[in-house]
Amino acid sequence: MDMTMKPEFQALQAASAAASAPAAVTARGVNVYYGTKHAIKDLDVDIPEKAVTAFIGPSGCGKSTFLRCINRMNDTISICKVTGDIRLDGSDIYDKALDVVQLRARVGMVFQKPNPFPKSIFENVAYGARIHGLTQSKADLDQLVEESLRRASLWEEVKDRLDQTGTGLSGGQQQRLCIARAIAVSPEVILMDEPCSALDPIATAKIEELIDELRRNYTIIIVTHSMQQAARVSQKTAFFHLGTLVEEGPTNTIFTTPRDKRTQDYITGRFG
Amino acid sequence: MTDAVLNTPRRRHDLTSTAAQALVRKRYAAERRFKFFGVAAIVFAAAFIVFLVSDIVIKGAPAFVEHRLTMKLTATSQQVAAEGKTDRASLLQGDWMAVVRSGVAGYFPEVTQRAQRSKLYNELISSGADIDIRNRIIADPSLIGKPVEASVLLSDDADLYFKGSVTKRLERTGRGNGTVSGTTGDVQFASSGSDFVDDVSRIRSDLTRAANLARLEVMRLKAAVQTVASDRRASLEEQINRQVERLADLDRRGLATGGSEKIGDNTASVLLRLNGGVIKVTELGDKSISGTVLIPLKSNVDAKAGDWQIVTLNTPEGSRKLSDQQISWLDRMKDEGLVSRGFAWRFFTSGDSREPEQAGILGGLIGSALTMLVTLGLCLPIGVGAAIYLEEFAPKNRLTDIVEVNINNLAAVPSIVFGLLGLAMFLNTFDMPRSSPLVGGLVLALLVLPTIIIASRAALKAVPPSIREAALGLGASHQQAVFHHVLPLAMPGILTGAIIGMAHALGETAPLLMIGMVAFIVEVPKSLVESATVLPVQIYLWSDLPEAAFQAKTAGAIIVLLMFLFCMNGAAIWLRKKFEQRW
Repeated sequence: MDMTMKPEFQALQAASAAASAPAAVTARGVNVYYGTKHAIKDLDVDIPEKAVTAFIGPSGCGKSTFLRCINRMNDTISICKVTGDIRLDGSDIYDKALDVVQLRARVGMVFQKPNPFPKSIFENVAYGARIHGLTQSKADLDQLVEESLRRASLWEEVKDRLDQTGTGLSGGQQQRLCIARAIAVSPEVILMDEPCSALDPIATAKIEELIDELRRNYTIIIVTHSMQQAARVSQKTAFFHLGTLVEEGPTNTIFTTPRDKRTQDYITGRFG
Repeated sequence: MTDAVLNTPRRRHDLTSTAAQALVRKRYAAERRFKFFGVAAIVFAAAFIVFLVSDIVIKGAPAFVEHRLTMKLTATSQQVAAEGKTDRASLLQGDWMAVVRSGVAGYFPEVTQRAQRSKLYNELISSGADIDIRNRIIADPSLIGKPVEASVLLSDDADLYFKGSVTKRLERTGRGNGTVSGTTGDVQFASSGSDFVDDVSRIRSDLTRAANLARLEVMRLKAAVQTVASDRRASLEEQINRQVERLADLDRRGLATGGSEKIGDNTASVLLRLNGGVIKVTELGDKSISGTVLIPLKSNVDAKAGDWQIVTLNTPEGSRKLSDQQISWLDRMKDEGLVSRGFAWRFFTSGDSREPEQAGILGGLIGSALTMLVTLGLCLPIGVGAAIYLEEFAPKNRLTDIVEVNINNLAAVPSIVFGLLGLAMFLNTFDMPRSSPLVGGLVLALLVLPTIIIASRAALKAVPPSIREAALGLGASHQQAVFHHVLPLAMPGILTGAIIGMAHALGETAPLLMIGMVAFIVEVPKSLVESATVLPVQIYLWSDLPEAAFQAKTAGAIIVLLMFLFCMNGAAIWLRKKFEQRW
């Protein structure tokens, strides 16, 4: 683990700044059940604004489940039940009066496997803006698409073939297209569920670079199985184990001086 | 805890041992076997299809060809415009068959007897033969009284004769010089060569064969006579005596040498053509014959070798519909250059008819198209709508489970049951018009709805969930996700299912019989509520008719039905490609 520690010292300042930043998402006493299975047990966590928070932990520990609670994607699973209090900018996202569609426009999501729509690159990015009525004119929309693709560092690669299908791009490009698609609706929070697990190291590096840049404007939560990735991109890290949040804190603290034995065992590769 | 496992020595796997090699050989053999069975199954299936299609094409091809006479016809005003009026309505009342008859009579001046005329005009000329001349004159009434070139449709039997399916016709040239005794009535003909030796020996060998069969029959009867009761013995013995007499006669004639032999109804006909006329042979020896004149000879001068022909019609006169006289007339028409062969457009442009030469499939074709229109118009929106709701929106509970099970059950219900349902509901309860494409379409819609729902649900289910998640994650509502992303992706599958259902409906006969679409309908339907028939029912109706010409029509209609199906499938593939191109 030692070699991954090094960049952490450089990120120290940013991390301590992040830890003190106001929380974008706060969760208190969250419990999630899949039927009779208790997937998340009594979870409390604060997600700092305009920073990258990494959720790490062994498979089946509940980190993806919690991520999907934040934009209520778990609603689509009929046996899933969520209790407790999750707030986005202070307002309860499980409030009955809240429109889940509007919530998802505020909380974007990037999935494990790149899943662009089988439409043109332009349509992929423009779709969110269209359904939410974000643009007034064609020129406006063109501009939004270009801006989103630029922010996702994809513009230069695809600007000449916007009408070609999104599924024809390489894996890494597809994932950046998905990120562009997510940021085109100007969300406050972007959830990333293992966004690099299906990509090669070069594509992964590009995505990580991109995440680092997006941090300036968006609150990012990333679930990852790669400790190196968590160490490289995140300012705050939360370690999940068997449905409970074992430990959370600034990334450098978690990786250098973990308080809990389980965290230490996991990050040093003793289990998981 | 894994130490025990790790420390166990690895089992050595010897790839060169005979056991390992035998295993490899066995695996290869199994693969070869599987491949062989697969290829054999495909070859077998392909052979069946080739056999089926070629059989249908061979049988159906004659339906697309027809023979007609092309001749100058003169319509006199007495025949067609008795009161001098030449407007359309009055002209339609004219006796146009008389025009045709007088035209044909020009080539057969000798046919004057009533019975003969009937055999010529009623049996060789179609009852629809006057349509062409009538249309020509109605289009231009000034042609009345002038010769007009028109086509005259032949009857189905005459048409079949020219297609070669009435009898095999062999013609050979006379080798000797012939002398004939007269030009009409019963005549004698003698040739200087032995022109008829082969015919005589053929007839005699036929007689011998018949004698052998009679001999067996006599033996059978004699054996039977021992076993039957005494009261029936007398009649049986009488039968034996008759057979014995017949046998003696057959033996005598079959074994005779020289002399002459009669040609009856049950032997191949022999005709002589000379001096512009035709003699039907009634008795023939090696060199001379006696016979009856069918078409008068122009003179009784001697015919030189090579100037006269012997025609053999293999099918005996007693077992075909056209007599030797009629065949002679048809040959005469052909010699005059009147007969022309052409594509039978009539087959595609007319409705059903009792006369095979006038029957067409347009009625069935339009009926099928209208019925399919109703079926498609109902099935696609209802079926796809039901599938979307059940697959995407319906709560998963007992009720939807029951609905789902019952949809699957309905897909397996025999089609005749839907016909009965249609009869009870649409005809008896709602009083809808019987035999109409509307009711047919409704019944077929019930029939294919389950198929379309099941296929559409499968297509919707096959859309990867990642697409749904992507749309939901972007803030699309459930409905938006389904209609913007899932449905377009499922569309090719839905269309394929719909086409399979429609093809099923197109070929369906049984339920339509129940709602009266089996009626004999001549008119081509013009609306959804008129009486109509559909292609498969038309095929079913024709297949039942005794006329030989309808057999070709049946196969021809099957070809058209298959083409209809190919077109529908082609359209589906095109649509699918079009949908896919958008992505």
